[in-house]
Amino acid sequence: MVPLSWYLALSAVLFTIGVVGVIIQRNVIVLFMCIELMLNAVNVTLVAFSRFLGDTTGQLFVFIVLAVAAAEAAVGLAIIISLFRNRETLNVDEADLLKL
Amino acid sequence: MEPIQLIFLGLAALAVVAAFNVILQRNPIYSAIGLIVVLCCLAALFVTLYAQFIAAIQIIVYAGAIMVLFVFVIMLLNVREEESKTDRQKYLKWLAAPLFLALLGEVFAVLKTVGNPSASPNPPGTVESIADKMFTSYLLPFEATSVLILMAIVGAMLLARRNTKEDIERIEEALAAQPIEAPEVPRSADEKKEEVAA
Repeated sequence: MVPLSWYLALSAVLFTIGVVGVIIQRNVIVLFMCIELMLNAVNVTLVAFSRFLGDTTGQLFVFIVLAVAAAEAAVGLAIIISLFRNRETLNVDEADLLKL
Repeated sequence: MEPIQLIFLGLAALAVVAAFNVILQRNPIYSAIGLIVVLCCLAALFVTLYAQFIAAIQIIVYAGAIMVLFVFVIMLLNVREEESKTDRQKYLKWLAAPLFLALLGEVFAVLKTVGNPSASPNPPGTVESIADKMFTSYLLPFEATSVLILMAIVGAMLLARRNTKEDIERIEEALAAQPIEAPEVPRSADEKKEEVAA
């Protein structure tokens, strides 16, 4: 049987890679993908604990997190599209003023 | 080493390699493909954790809808490979790898304190068991999620539409009413083309 700490270690590694990606990346779409990576790492933790505690509540939580991630991706990409229409660039380093 | 542990190690290694692909590739389409590989590996891991419903939903919703949306947006905005612009501080990128390892070391130091619990009875990962909880004790999060999705639909449609003629007239009126000199209204490239054609 696979021990719980192995699943937690995988989740930690994926989450850390997501954090590093958010900090490093300059393309705003890839930045969003790294945020989704972090959400998936948390999903792995939730399902692993749900299995090792024998409770289905963790899987229910993952269901809700999936729905929230879908909604957030839709709205975030809409914001990116309207940002791109105004600035013609996808570089986050150039979006450093609140005024256009 | 039991076979299930070998399967876990193979899937986990593939997921980590694909995750590195997501952050290190220059072309955003390759990053999207890497993320899809991560999602499929995690879905397989969910099956080993007796969560077969969540695995199916992950493939259908995450890899099948959200990532397709990402790929559509990348193709719509015609994102090319990243041109290397002038980095203001070139030495900082050499700090990335050691700091990443430091962060990983800290997380693992916390993980060492987690004991391995004895195996409880496997939770049924079927649709019935999740629905049994979702529609009784957790009804409020379910309804709130549906309201959230409705808000997301309306918000995405509003944010992504172009400025209509009424919007532009209203913006110009508001800017003309200000005492300071008004800057040009930011129009999208399509409106500029329409103006030139008109």
